[in-house]
Amino acid sequence: MSIPPWLDDLLWTYQNLIHAMGVNGLLALSMYVVLAIGQLSLGQAAFMGLGAYSSALMTLKLKLPFFVVLPASVAAPVLVALLIGVPTLRLSGVYLAIATIGLGEVLRAVYLNVDVFGGALGLNGIPERAETWMIFGILAAGITGLWLVGRSGVGRAMEAMREDPTAAAVMGVNVPRYHLAALVTSAILAGLAGALSAHVSSFIGPNEYGFEPAVTILSFALLGGIGTPIAAVAGAWFLTLLPELMRDLPQVRLTLNGVIIVLAVLFLPRGLLGWRMGRKAA
Amino acid sequence: MLAQQLVNGVLLGATYALFALGFTLMFGVLRVINLTYGFYFSAGAFLSLALTRQLGLGIWAALPLAAIGAGIMAVGIDWLLLTRLRRRATAELDSLMVTLGGVLALYSAMTAWLGPDIRRLPPGLVSADSFVIAGVRITTAQILILGATLLLVALLLALMRGTRLGLAIRAMAEKPDAAGLMGINTARASALVSFISGCLGGAGGVLIGLNFNAIHPYMGETMMLRGFVVIIVGGLGDIRGALIAGVALGVIEVLTAGYISSGLKEAVAFAILVAVLWTRPQGLFGRAVMRRA
Repeated sequence: MSIPPWLDDLLWTYQNLIHAMGVNGLLALSMYVVLAIGQLSLGQAAFMGLGAYSSALMTLKLKLPFFVVLPASVAAPVLVALLIGVPTLRLSGVYLAIATIGLGEVLRAVYLNVDVFGGALGLNGIPERAETWMIFGILAAGITGLWLVGRSGVGRAMEAMREDPTAAAVMGVNVPRYHLAALVTSAILAGLAGALSAHVSSFIGPNEYGFEPAVTILSFALLGGIGTPIAAVAGAWFLTLLPELMRDLPQVRLTLNGVIIVLAVLFLPRGLLGWRMGRKAA
Repeated sequence: MLAQQLVNGVLLGATYALFALGFTLMFGVLRVINLTYGFYFSAGAFLSLALTRQLGLGIWAALPLAAIGAGIMAVGIDWLLLTRLRRRATAELDSLMVTLGGVLALYSAMTAWLGPDIRRLPPGLVSADSFVIAGVRITTAQILILGATLLLVALLLALMRGTRLGLAIRAMAEKPDAAGLMGINTARASALVSFISGCLGGAGGVLIGLNFNAIHPYMGETMMLRGFVVIIVGGLGDIRGALIAGVALGVIEVLTAGYISSGLKEAVAFAILVAVLWTRPQGLFGRAVMRRA
Protein backbone atom coordinates (compact mmCIF):
# COMPACT_ATOMS: atom_id res chain seq x y z
CA MET A 1 0.00 0.00 0.00
CA SER A 2 1.33 3.34 -0.94
CA ILE A 3 -1.18 5.26 1.15
CA PRO A 4 0.37 6.27 4.47
CA PRO A 5 -1.44 4.75 7.46
CA TRP A 6 -2.56 8.08 8.93
CA LEU A 7 -4.25 9.01 5.66
CA ASP A 8 -5.84 5.58 5.46
CA ASP A 9 -7.20 6.04 8.99
CA LEU A 10 -8.51 9.45 8.14
CA LEU A 11 -10.25 8.20 4.99
CA TRP A 12 -11.76 5.30 6.91
CA THR A 13 -13.03 7.45 9.77
CA TYR A 14 -14.57 10.06 7.52
CA GLN A 15 -15.64 7.71 4.75
CA ASN A 16 -19.33 8.60 4.99
CA LEU A 17 -18.59 12.28 4.98
CA ILE A 18 -16.30 11.96 1.96
CA HIS A 19 -18.95 10.01 0.07
CA ALA A 20 -21.56 12.60 1.00
CA MET A 21 -19.33 15.36 -0.34
CA GLY A 22 -19.02 13.58 -3.67
CA VAL A 23 -22.72 12.80 -3.96
CA ASN A 24 -23.80 16.27 -2.87
CA GLY A 25 -21.32 17.74 -5.33
CA LEU A 26 -23.07 15.87 -8.13
CA LEU A 27 -26.44 17.09 -6.87
CA ALA A 28 -25.17 20.65 -6.83
CA LEU A 29 -24.08 20.26 -10.46
CA SER A 30 -27.50 18.87 -11.28
CA MET A 31 -29.07 22.01 -9.79
CA TYR A 32 -26.50 24.28 -11.45
CA VAL A 33 -27.35 23.04 -14.97
CA VAL A 34 -30.97 24.11 -14.61
CA LEU A 35 -30.38 27.37 -12.74
CA ALA A 36 -27.68 28.36 -15.24
CA ILE A 37 -30.33 28.75 -17.92
CA GLY A 38 -32.77 30.53 -15.64
CA GLN A 39 -35.12 27.65 -14.88
CA LEU A 40 -36.02 26.23 -11.50
CA SER A 41 -36.48 22.49 -11.18
CA LEU A 42 -37.08 21.17 -7.71
CA GLY A 43 -37.07 17.56 -8.81
CA GLN A 44 -33.38 16.87 -8.12
CA ALA A 45 -34.03 14.89 -4.94
CA ALA A 46 -36.80 12.98 -6.71
CA PHE A 47 -34.52 12.21 -9.67
CA MET A 48 -31.89 11.05 -7.22
CA GLY A 49 -34.44 8.79 -5.56
CA LEU A 50 -35.44 7.31 -8.92
CA GLY A 51 -31.78 6.61 -9.68
CA ALA A 52 -31.25 5.08 -6.25
CA TYR A 53 -34.33 2.85 -6.28
CA SER A 54 -33.99 1.73 -9.90
CA SER A 55 -30.29 0.91 -9.50
CA ALA A 56 -30.82 -0.90 -6.20
CA LEU A 57 -33.58 -3.01 -7.77
CA MET A 58 -31.36 -3.82 -10.76
CA THR A 59 -28.60 -4.95 -8.40
CA LEU A 60 -30.79 -6.84 -5.95
CA LYS A 61 -33.46 -8.40 -8.18
CA LEU A 62 -31.78 -8.66 -11.58
CA LYS A 63 -28.30 -9.31 -10.17
CA LEU A 64 -26.75 -7.10 -12.84
CA PRO A 65 -23.10 -6.05 -12.47
CA PHE A 66 -22.45 -2.47 -11.35
CA PHE A 67 -20.91 -1.33 -14.64
CA VAL A 68 -24.30 -2.04 -16.25
CA VAL A 69 -26.39 -0.78 -13.34
CA LEU A 70 -24.70 2.62 -13.05
CA PRO A 71 -25.36 3.81 -16.63
CA ALA A 72 -28.82 2.21 -16.62
CA SER A 73 -29.73 4.10 -13.45
CA VAL A 74 -30.22 7.31 -15.44
CA ALA A 75 -33.11 5.82 -17.47
CA ALA A 76 -35.90 6.29 -14.93
CA PRO A 77 -34.98 9.87 -13.97
CA VAL A 78 -34.58 10.89 -17.62
CA LEU A 79 -37.93 9.37 -18.51
CA VAL A 80 -39.70 11.27 -15.72
CA ALA A 81 -37.80 14.46 -16.63
CA LEU A 82 -39.10 14.18 -20.20
CA LEU A 83 -42.63 13.44 -19.01
CA ILE A 84 -42.65 16.63 -16.96
CA GLY A 85 -40.26 18.71 -19.01
CA VAL A 86 -41.71 18.43 -22.49
CA PRO A 87 -45.04 20.10 -21.68
CA THR A 88 -43.76 22.62 -19.12
CA LEU A 89 -40.56 23.93 -20.64
CA ARG A 90 -42.40 25.79 -23.39
CA LEU A 91 -44.33 27.67 -20.71
CA SER A 92 -43.07 30.21 -18.20
CA GLY A 93 -40.77 28.95 -15.46
CA VAL A 94 -43.42 28.61 -12.77
CA TYR A 95 -44.93 25.55 -14.44
CA LEU A 96 -41.72 23.49 -14.23
CA ALA A 97 -41.19 24.52 -10.62
CA ILE A 98 -44.77 23.61 -9.65
CA ALA A 99 -44.67 20.27 -11.47
CA THR A 100 -41.34 19.23 -9.96
CA ILE A 101 -41.83 20.44 -6.39
CA GLY A 102 -44.58 17.90 -5.78
CA LEU A 103 -42.74 15.07 -7.51
CA GLY A 104 -40.65 14.05 -4.51
CA GLU A 105 -43.67 13.74 -2.21
CA VAL A 106 -45.63 11.80 -4.81
CA LEU A 107 -42.81 9.33 -5.35
CA ARG A 108 -42.46 8.96 -1.59
CA ALA A 109 -46.09 7.85 -1.42
CA VAL A 110 -45.42 5.42 -4.28
CA TYR A 111 -42.32 3.93 -2.62
CA LEU A 112 -44.29 3.52 0.60
CA ASN A 113 -47.24 1.79 -0.99
CA VAL A 114 -45.90 -0.34 -3.81
CA ASP A 115 -44.45 -3.63 -2.58
CA VAL A 116 -41.44 -3.89 -4.88
CA PHE A 117 -39.95 -0.73 -3.29
CA GLY A 118 -39.99 -2.30 0.17
CA GLY A 119 -42.54 0.07 1.74
CA ALA A 120 -41.53 2.01 4.84
CA LEU A 121 -38.51 -0.25 5.39
CA GLY A 122 -36.96 0.70 2.08
CA LEU A 123 -34.40 -1.53 0.40
CA ASN A 124 -31.72 -3.18 2.53
CA GLY A 125 -28.54 -5.10 1.90
CA ILE A 126 -27.50 -3.29 -1.27
CA PRO A 127 -23.92 -4.45 -1.95
CA GLU A 128 -21.41 -1.63 -1.51
CA ARG A 129 -20.12 -1.61 -5.05
CA ALA A 130 -19.50 2.09 -5.65
CA GLU A 131 -15.96 3.15 -4.84
CA THR A 132 -14.84 6.55 -3.68
CA TRP A 133 -12.82 7.03 -6.89
CA MET A 134 -15.92 6.39 -9.00
CA ILE A 135 -17.89 9.11 -7.21
CA PHE A 136 -15.12 11.65 -7.49
CA GLY A 137 -14.25 10.57 -11.03
CA ILE A 138 -17.79 11.23 -12.19
CA LEU A 139 -17.88 14.49 -10.24
CA ALA A 140 -14.62 15.63 -11.86
CA ALA A 141 -15.91 14.63 -15.29
CA GLY A 142 -19.14 16.53 -14.62
CA ILE A 143 -17.33 19.69 -13.53
CA THR A 144 -14.96 19.52 -16.50
CA GLY A 145 -17.73 18.82 -19.00
CA LEU A 146 -19.95 21.63 -17.73
CA TRP A 147 -16.97 23.97 -17.56
CA LEU A 148 -16.10 23.29 -21.21
CA VAL A 149 -19.73 23.73 -22.26
CA GLY A 150 -19.94 26.91 -20.21
CA ARG A 151 -16.87 28.38 -21.90
CA SER A 152 -18.17 27.62 -25.39
CA GLY A 153 -20.81 29.40 -27.42
CA VAL A 154 -23.40 27.20 -25.75
CA GLY A 155 -22.44 28.76 -22.43
CA ARG A 156 -22.95 32.19 -23.90
CA ALA A 157 -26.42 31.16 -25.03
CA MET A 158 -27.14 29.75 -21.56
CA GLU A 159 -26.15 32.97 -19.87
CA ALA A 160 -28.17 35.02 -22.34
CA MET A 161 -31.22 32.87 -21.66
CA ARG A 162 -30.86 33.33 -17.93
CA GLU A 163 -30.60 37.10 -18.16
CA ASP A 164 -33.35 37.61 -20.75
CA PRO A 165 -35.05 34.66 -22.48
CA THR A 166 -36.94 36.84 -24.95
CA ALA A 167 -33.81 38.62 -26.15
CA ALA A 168 -31.97 35.29 -26.38
CA ALA A 169 -34.77 33.79 -28.48
CA VAL A 170 -34.73 36.82 -30.77
CA MET A 171 -31.00 36.32 -31.25
CA GLY A 172 -31.70 32.83 -32.54
CA VAL A 173 -31.23 30.72 -29.40
CA ASN A 174 -33.61 27.76 -29.45
CA VAL A 175 -34.75 28.32 -25.88
CA PRO A 176 -37.10 25.31 -25.38
CA ARG A 177 -34.48 22.92 -26.74
CA TYR A 178 -31.85 24.23 -24.31
CA HIS A 179 -34.33 24.02 -21.46
CA LEU A 180 -35.04 20.37 -22.20
CA ALA A 181 -31.37 19.50 -22.65
CA ALA A 182 -30.54 21.13 -19.32
CA LEU A 183 -33.32 19.30 -17.51
CA VAL A 184 -32.26 15.94 -18.97
CA THR A 185 -28.62 16.57 -18.02
CA SER A 186 -29.79 17.50 -14.56
CA ALA A 187 -31.79 14.27 -14.27
CA ILE A 188 -28.77 12.23 -15.44
CA LEU A 189 -26.47 13.79 -12.84
CA ALA A 190 -29.00 13.35 -10.05
CA GLY A 191 -29.74 9.78 -11.13
CA LEU A 192 -26.04 8.90 -11.02
CA ALA A 193 -25.75 10.54 -7.61
CA GLY A 194 -28.66 8.38 -6.42
CA ALA A 195 -27.20 5.14 -7.81
CA LEU A 196 -23.79 5.89 -6.30
CA SER A 197 -25.17 6.82 -2.90
CA ALA A 198 -27.36 3.70 -2.82
CA HIS A 199 -24.29 1.55 -3.52
CA VAL A 200 -22.14 3.07 -0.80
CA SER A 201 -24.72 3.14 1.99
CA SER A 202 -26.32 -0.35 1.56
CA PHE A 203 -29.74 1.04 2.57
CA ILE A 204 -32.21 3.42 0.95
CA GLY A 205 -35.54 4.53 2.38
CA PRO A 206 -38.59 6.35 1.08
CA ASN A 207 -38.06 9.44 3.23
CA GLU A 208 -34.66 10.43 1.87
CA TYR A 209 -35.82 12.08 -1.34
CA GLY A 210 -38.67 14.35 -0.33
CA PHE A 211 -39.18 18.07 0.14
CA GLU A 212 -36.36 18.83 2.58
CA PRO A 213 -33.52 17.34 0.51
CA ALA A 214 -34.94 19.04 -2.58
CA VAL A 215 -34.66 22.46 -0.93
CA THR A 216 -31.27 21.61 0.56
CA ILE A 217 -29.92 20.90 -2.94
CA LEU A 218 -31.11 24.32 -4.04
CA SER A 219 -29.26 25.89 -1.12
CA PHE A 220 -26.00 24.22 -2.27
CA ALA A 221 -26.10 25.94 -5.62
CA LEU A 222 -27.37 29.29 -4.38
CA LEU A 223 -24.79 29.55 -1.61
CA GLY A 224 -21.86 28.77 -3.91
CA GLY A 225 -23.18 30.67 -6.89
CA ILE A 226 -24.36 29.66 -10.32
CA GLY A 227 -21.79 31.49 -12.42
CA THR A 228 -19.53 28.44 -12.62
CA PRO A 229 -20.02 24.72 -11.87
CA ILE A 230 -17.15 24.69 -9.37
CA ALA A 231 -18.83 27.37 -7.25
CA ALA A 232 -21.98 25.27 -6.95
CA VAL A 233 -19.90 22.26 -5.87
CA ALA A 234 -18.03 24.40 -3.34
CA GLY A 235 -21.39 25.45 -1.89
CA ALA A 236 -22.37 21.79 -1.54
CA TRP A 237 -19.12 20.92 0.21
CA PHE A 238 -19.42 23.78 2.62
CA LEU A 239 -22.97 22.81 3.55
CA THR A 240 -22.00 19.13 3.82
CA LEU A 241 -19.16 19.87 6.22
CA LEU A 242 -21.10 22.43 8.26
CA PRO A 243 -23.73 20.06 9.72
CA GLU A 244 -20.96 17.89 11.15
CA LEU A 245 -20.61 20.68 13.68
CA MET A 246 -24.28 20.47 14.64
CA ARG A 247 -25.18 16.93 13.84
CA ASP A 248 -27.63 16.62 16.72
CA LEU A 249 -29.76 19.53 15.59
CA PRO A 250 -31.28 18.51 12.26
CA GLN A 251 -34.11 21.05 12.47
CA VAL A 252 -31.64 23.86 13.12
CA ARG A 253 -29.63 22.74 10.10
CA LEU A 254 -32.72 22.80 7.89
CA THR A 255 -33.72 26.21 9.20
CA LEU A 256 -30.24 27.41 8.34
CA ASN A 257 -30.50 25.97 4.81
CA GLY A 258 -33.73 27.86 4.32
CA VAL A 259 -32.30 31.09 5.67
CA ILE A 260 -29.27 30.70 3.39
CA ILE A 261 -31.56 30.51 0.35
CA VAL A 262 -33.50 33.59 1.46
CA LEU A 263 -30.36 35.64 2.12
CA ALA A 264 -28.64 34.45 -1.07
CA VAL A 265 -31.58 35.38 -3.29
CA LEU A 266 -32.19 38.73 -1.60
CA PHE A 267 -28.64 39.94 -1.05
CA LEU A 268 -26.18 37.71 -2.93
CA PRO A 269 -27.76 36.78 -6.26
CA ARG A 270 -24.36 35.66 -7.57
CA GLY A 271 -23.58 33.45 -4.56
CA LEU A 272 -20.52 33.63 -2.32
CA LEU A 273 -18.22 32.72 -5.18
CA GLY A 274 -19.59 35.06 -7.81
CA TRP A 275 -17.14 34.12 -10.53
CA ARG A 276 -18.08 34.27 -14.16
CA MET A 277 -16.90 32.09 -17.00
CA GLY A 278 -13.97 33.47 -18.93
CA ARG A 279 -14.77 33.52 -22.63
CA LYS A 280 -13.03 34.87 -25.69
CA ALA A 281 -14.91 37.45 -27.70
CA ALA A 282 -16.96 35.83 -30.43
CA MET B 1 -71.79 3.46 -0.39
CA LEU B 2 -71.02 5.43 -3.54
CA ALA B 3 -73.35 8.25 -2.47
CA GLN B 4 -71.61 8.40 0.91
CA GLN B 5 -68.22 8.64 -0.75
CA LEU B 6 -69.37 11.32 -3.16
CA VAL B 7 -70.63 13.41 -0.24
CA ASN B 8 -67.37 12.91 1.68
CA GLY B 9 -65.44 13.80 -1.46
CA VAL B 10 -67.37 17.00 -2.09
CA LEU B 11 -66.88 18.09 1.53
CA LEU B 12 -63.14 17.36 1.40
CA GLY B 13 -62.94 19.05 -1.97
CA ALA B 14 -64.63 22.16 -0.58
CA THR B 15 -61.67 22.58 1.79
CA TYR B 16 -59.22 22.02 -1.06
CA ALA B 17 -61.04 24.67 -3.06
CA LEU B 18 -60.89 27.12 -0.16
CA PHE B 19 -57.16 26.47 0.27
CA ALA B 20 -56.39 26.76 -3.43
CA LEU B 21 -58.44 29.93 -3.69
CA GLY B 22 -55.98 31.93 -1.60
CA PHE B 23 -53.08 30.45 -3.53
CA THR B 24 -54.51 31.26 -6.94
CA LEU B 25 -55.64 34.73 -5.78
CA MET B 26 -52.09 35.56 -4.77
CA PHE B 27 -50.79 34.45 -8.15
CA GLY B 28 -53.55 36.21 -10.04
CA VAL B 29 -52.94 39.58 -8.40
CA LEU B 30 -49.30 39.60 -7.34
CA ARG B 31 -47.97 37.35 -10.15
CA VAL B 32 -45.91 35.24 -7.77
CA ILE B 33 -46.16 31.61 -6.86
CA ASN B 34 -45.83 32.03 -3.12
CA LEU B 35 -44.53 28.78 -1.69
CA THR B 36 -44.80 30.03 1.90
CA TYR B 37 -48.54 29.65 1.44
CA GLY B 38 -48.51 26.11 2.87
CA PHE B 39 -47.06 27.49 6.09
CA TYR B 40 -50.12 29.69 6.67
CA PHE B 41 -52.15 26.50 6.50
CA SER B 42 -50.05 24.87 9.26
CA ALA B 43 -50.02 28.11 11.23
CA GLY B 44 -53.82 28.38 11.11
CA ALA B 45 -54.19 24.82 12.38
CA PHE B 46 -51.73 25.39 15.25
CA LEU B 47 -53.34 28.70 16.19
CA SER B 48 -56.73 27.00 16.43
CA LEU B 49 -55.10 24.33 18.57
CA ALA B 50 -53.68 26.94 20.95
CA LEU B 51 -56.92 28.94 21.05
CA THR B 52 -59.08 25.93 21.82
CA ARG B 53 -56.68 24.10 24.15
CA GLN B 54 -55.06 26.94 26.07
CA LEU B 55 -57.81 29.56 26.00
CA GLY B 56 -60.72 27.14 25.87
CA LEU B 57 -62.45 28.97 23.03
CA GLY B 58 -65.16 27.31 20.98
CA ILE B 59 -64.61 26.55 17.32
CA TRP B 60 -66.76 29.49 16.18
CA ALA B 61 -64.38 31.91 17.86
CA ALA B 62 -61.20 29.95 17.15
CA LEU B 63 -61.75 29.60 13.40
CA PRO B 64 -61.95 33.32 12.53
CA LEU B 65 -59.22 34.25 15.03
CA ALA B 66 -56.84 31.61 13.68
CA ALA B 67 -57.57 32.70 10.11
CA ILE B 68 -56.89 36.35 10.96
CA GLY B 69 -53.69 35.36 12.77
CA ALA B 70 -52.48 33.45 9.72
CA GLY B 71 -53.41 36.43 7.55
CA ILE B 72 -51.31 38.80 9.67
CA MET B 73 -48.37 36.39 9.46
CA ALA B 74 -48.79 36.29 5.70
CA VAL B 75 -48.61 40.10 5.44
CA GLY B 76 -45.40 40.21 7.49
CA ILE B 77 -43.66 37.29 5.78
CA ASP B 78 -44.62 38.36 2.26
CA TRP B 79 -43.44 41.88 2.93
CA LEU B 80 -40.13 40.59 4.25
CA LEU B 81 -39.51 38.18 1.38
CA LEU B 82 -41.15 39.63 -1.69
CA THR B 83 -41.12 43.45 -1.70
CA ARG B 84 -37.43 43.65 -2.59
CA LEU B 85 -37.87 41.36 -5.58
CA ARG B 86 -40.78 43.07 -7.27
CA ARG B 87 -38.71 45.34 -9.48
CA ARG B 88 -36.14 42.71 -10.45
CA ALA B 89 -36.00 41.39 -14.01
CA THR B 90 -35.91 37.80 -12.77
CA ALA B 91 -38.64 38.33 -10.16
CA GLU B 92 -40.57 35.19 -11.11
CA LEU B 93 -37.73 32.76 -10.43
CA ASP B 94 -36.32 34.72 -7.51
CA SER B 95 -39.63 34.86 -5.68
CA LEU B 96 -40.08 31.11 -6.15
CA MET B 97 -36.66 30.46 -4.64
CA VAL B 98 -36.96 32.95 -1.81
CA THR B 99 -40.36 31.67 -0.71
CA LEU B 100 -39.09 28.09 -0.95
CA GLY B 101 -36.15 28.87 1.32
CA GLY B 102 -38.44 30.85 3.59
CA VAL B 103 -40.95 28.05 3.93
CA LEU B 104 -38.28 25.45 4.74
CA ALA B 105 -36.91 27.75 7.44
CA LEU B 106 -40.42 28.35 8.82
CA TYR B 107 -41.42 24.68 8.87
CA SER B 108 -38.21 23.50 10.48
CA ALA B 109 -38.18 26.31 13.03
CA MET B 110 -41.76 25.39 13.87
CA THR B 111 -40.79 21.72 14.19
CA ALA B 112 -37.82 22.61 16.39
CA TRP B 113 -40.11 24.65 18.61
CA LEU B 114 -43.27 22.53 18.75
CA GLY B 115 -41.98 19.05 17.91
CA PRO B 116 -42.91 16.84 14.97
CA ASP B 117 -45.68 14.92 16.75
CA ILE B 118 -49.24 14.80 15.55
CA ARG B 119 -51.55 16.78 17.83
CA ARG B 120 -55.29 16.67 18.22
CA LEU B 121 -57.94 19.27 18.89
CA PRO B 122 -59.64 18.93 22.29
CA PRO B 123 -62.32 16.23 22.30
CA GLY B 124 -65.87 17.51 22.28
CA LEU B 125 -64.92 20.68 20.38
CA VAL B 126 -67.52 19.79 17.81
CA SER B 127 -70.41 17.58 18.81
CA ALA B 128 -69.96 14.02 17.60
CA ASP B 129 -73.58 13.82 16.43
CA SER B 130 -74.28 12.91 12.88
CA PHE B 131 -77.32 13.05 10.68
CA VAL B 132 -78.54 10.47 8.23
CA ILE B 133 -80.18 11.92 5.15
CA ALA B 134 -81.36 9.45 2.51
CA GLY B 135 -78.88 6.85 3.75
CA VAL B 136 -75.91 9.25 3.72
CA ARG B 137 -74.26 10.03 7.04
CA ILE B 138 -73.04 13.57 7.64
CA THR B 139 -71.20 14.60 10.80
CA THR B 140 -71.53 17.94 12.54
CA ALA B 141 -67.90 18.67 11.72
CA GLN B 142 -68.63 18.17 8.03
CA ILE B 143 -71.59 20.55 8.17
CA LEU B 144 -69.41 23.10 9.91
CA ILE B 145 -66.70 22.68 7.25
CA LEU B 146 -69.16 23.14 4.40
CA GLY B 147 -70.84 26.13 6.04
CA ALA B 148 -67.56 27.89 6.78
CA THR B 149 -66.25 27.24 3.27
CA LEU B 150 -69.40 28.56 1.59
CA LEU B 151 -69.39 31.63 3.84
CA LEU B 152 -65.74 32.46 3.14
CA VAL B 153 -66.10 31.97 -0.62
CA ALA B 154 -69.20 34.17 -0.64
CA LEU B 155 -67.39 36.86 1.35
CA LEU B 156 -64.43 36.75 -1.04
CA LEU B 157 -66.61 37.01 -4.15
CA ALA B 158 -68.60 39.85 -2.59
CA LEU B 159 -65.39 41.70 -1.80
CA MET B 160 -63.89 41.19 -5.25
CA ARG B 161 -67.06 41.93 -7.24
CA GLY B 162 -68.95 44.35 -5.07
CA THR B 163 -66.53 46.79 -3.44
CA ARG B 164 -64.14 49.52 -4.56
CA LEU B 165 -61.36 47.59 -2.84
CA GLY B 166 -62.14 44.55 -4.96
CA LEU B 167 -62.15 46.72 -8.04
CA ALA B 168 -58.69 48.03 -7.09
CA ILE B 169 -57.42 44.46 -6.63
CA ARG B 170 -58.84 43.37 -9.97
CA ALA B 171 -57.31 46.40 -11.63
CA MET B 172 -53.95 45.44 -10.16
CA ALA B 173 -54.32 41.91 -11.46
CA GLU B 174 -54.99 43.33 -14.92
CA LYS B 175 -52.22 45.94 -15.13
CA PRO B 176 -50.24 46.77 -11.97
CA ASP B 177 -48.48 49.82 -13.42
CA ALA B 178 -51.66 51.35 -14.82
CA ALA B 179 -53.46 50.66 -11.55
CA GLY B 180 -50.72 52.59 -9.73
CA LEU B 181 -51.11 55.51 -12.13
CA MET B 182 -54.86 55.55 -11.54
CA GLY B 183 -54.20 56.35 -7.88
CA ILE B 184 -54.51 52.86 -6.46
CA ASN B 185 -52.19 52.35 -3.53
CA THR B 186 -50.64 49.17 -4.89
CA ALA B 187 -48.48 48.47 -1.84
CA ARG B 188 -51.56 48.53 0.37
CA ALA B 189 -53.58 46.46 -2.07
CA SER B 190 -50.75 43.88 -2.22
CA ALA B 191 -50.67 43.67 1.56
CA LEU B 192 -54.43 43.20 1.56
CA VAL B 193 -54.20 40.37 -0.96
CA SER B 194 -51.52 38.72 1.20
CA PHE B 195 -53.80 39.10 4.20
CA ILE B 196 -56.83 37.64 2.45
CA SER B 197 -54.95 34.66 1.07
CA GLY B 198 -53.24 34.08 4.42
CA CYS B 199 -56.70 34.03 6.03
CA LEU B 200 -58.01 31.56 3.45
CA GLY B 201 -54.95 29.31 3.92
CA GLY B 202 -55.24 29.49 7.71
CA ALA B 203 -58.97 28.74 7.62
CA GLY B 204 -58.21 25.77 5.38
CA GLY B 205 -55.74 24.53 7.98
CA VAL B 206 -58.31 24.75 10.78
CA LEU B 207 -60.94 22.95 8.71
CA ILE B 208 -58.62 20.17 7.54
CA GLY B 209 -57.34 19.85 11.12
CA LEU B 210 -60.97 19.43 12.16
CA ASN B 211 -61.75 16.97 9.38
CA PHE B 212 -58.83 14.60 10.00
CA ASN B 213 -58.06 15.65 13.59
CA ALA B 214 -54.32 15.47 12.99
CA ILE B 215 -52.21 18.63 13.25
CA HIS B 216 -48.46 18.70 12.66
CA PRO B 217 -45.97 21.27 11.34
CA TYR B 218 -45.52 19.83 7.84
CA MET B 219 -49.24 19.39 7.15
CA GLY B 220 -49.09 22.46 4.93
CA GLU B 221 -46.52 20.84 2.70
CA THR B 222 -48.66 17.80 1.94
CA MET B 223 -51.52 20.19 1.29
CA MET B 224 -49.45 22.22 -1.17
CA LEU B 225 -49.42 19.29 -3.58
CA ARG B 226 -53.22 19.57 -3.73
CA GLY B 227 -52.86 23.31 -4.11
CA PHE B 228 -50.56 22.86 -7.13
CA VAL B 229 -52.90 20.37 -8.77
CA VAL B 230 -55.94 22.57 -8.23
CA ILE B 231 -54.42 25.79 -9.53
CA ILE B 232 -52.93 24.13 -12.62
CA VAL B 233 -56.09 22.20 -13.43
CA GLY B 234 -58.28 25.23 -12.71
CA GLY B 235 -55.91 27.60 -14.52
CA LEU B 236 -53.35 29.86 -12.80
CA GLY B 237 -55.13 32.82 -11.23
CA ASP B 238 -58.63 31.59 -12.15
CA ILE B 239 -60.90 31.77 -9.08
CA ARG B 240 -63.86 29.92 -10.58
CA GLY B 241 -61.53 27.25 -11.97
CA ALA B 242 -59.97 26.73 -8.54
CA LEU B 243 -63.39 26.19 -6.95
CA ILE B 244 -64.46 23.57 -9.49
CA ALA B 245 -61.07 21.83 -9.62
CA GLY B 246 -60.83 21.76 -5.82
CA VAL B 247 -64.15 20.00 -5.37
CA ALA B 248 -63.34 17.61 -8.24
CA LEU B 249 -59.98 16.72 -6.69
CA GLY B 250 -61.63 15.95 -3.34
CA VAL B 251 -64.10 13.59 -5.02
CA ILE B 252 -61.36 11.88 -7.04
CA GLU B 253 -59.20 11.38 -3.95
CA VAL B 254 -62.00 9.85 -1.93
CA LEU B 255 -62.93 7.55 -4.82
CA THR B 256 -59.28 6.54 -5.33
CA ALA B 257 -58.93 5.78 -1.64
CA GLY B 258 -62.22 3.86 -1.66
CA TYR B 259 -61.78 1.77 -4.79
CA ILE B 260 -58.02 1.56 -5.50
CA SER B 261 -55.72 2.34 -2.57
CA SER B 262 -55.48 5.22 -0.15
CA GLY B 263 -51.70 5.24 -0.59
CA LEU B 264 -52.00 6.13 -4.26
CA LYS B 265 -54.20 9.21 -4.00
CA GLU B 266 -51.18 11.54 -4.27
CA ALA B 267 -50.00 9.67 -7.35
CA VAL B 268 -53.44 9.97 -8.97
CA ALA B 269 -53.57 13.70 -8.20
CA PHE B 270 -50.11 14.15 -9.71
CA ALA B 271 -51.01 12.13 -12.81
CA ILE B 272 -53.93 14.53 -13.34
CA LEU B 273 -51.54 17.48 -13.01
CA VAL B 274 -49.18 16.05 -15.63
CA ALA B 275 -52.05 15.11 -17.96
CA VAL B 276 -53.41 18.67 -17.82
CA LEU B 277 -49.95 20.11 -18.48
CA TRP B 278 -49.68 17.97 -21.61
CA THR B 279 -53.13 18.68 -22.95
CA ARG B 280 -54.49 21.95 -21.56
CA PRO B 281 -51.79 23.95 -19.76
CA GLN B 282 -54.06 27.00 -19.70
CA GLY B 283 -56.29 25.08 -17.28
CA LEU B 284 -59.40 23.02 -17.97
CA PHE B 285 -61.59 26.08 -18.15
CA GLY B 286 -59.15 27.86 -20.39
CA ARG B 287 -59.54 31.35 -19.01
CA ALA B 288 -56.20 31.82 -17.35
CA VAL B 289 -53.71 33.51 -19.63
CA MET B 290 -51.06 30.97 -20.43
CA ARG B 291 -47.65 32.50 -20.28
CA ARG B 292 -45.14 31.13 -22.70
CA ALA B 293 -41.44 31.35 -22.07
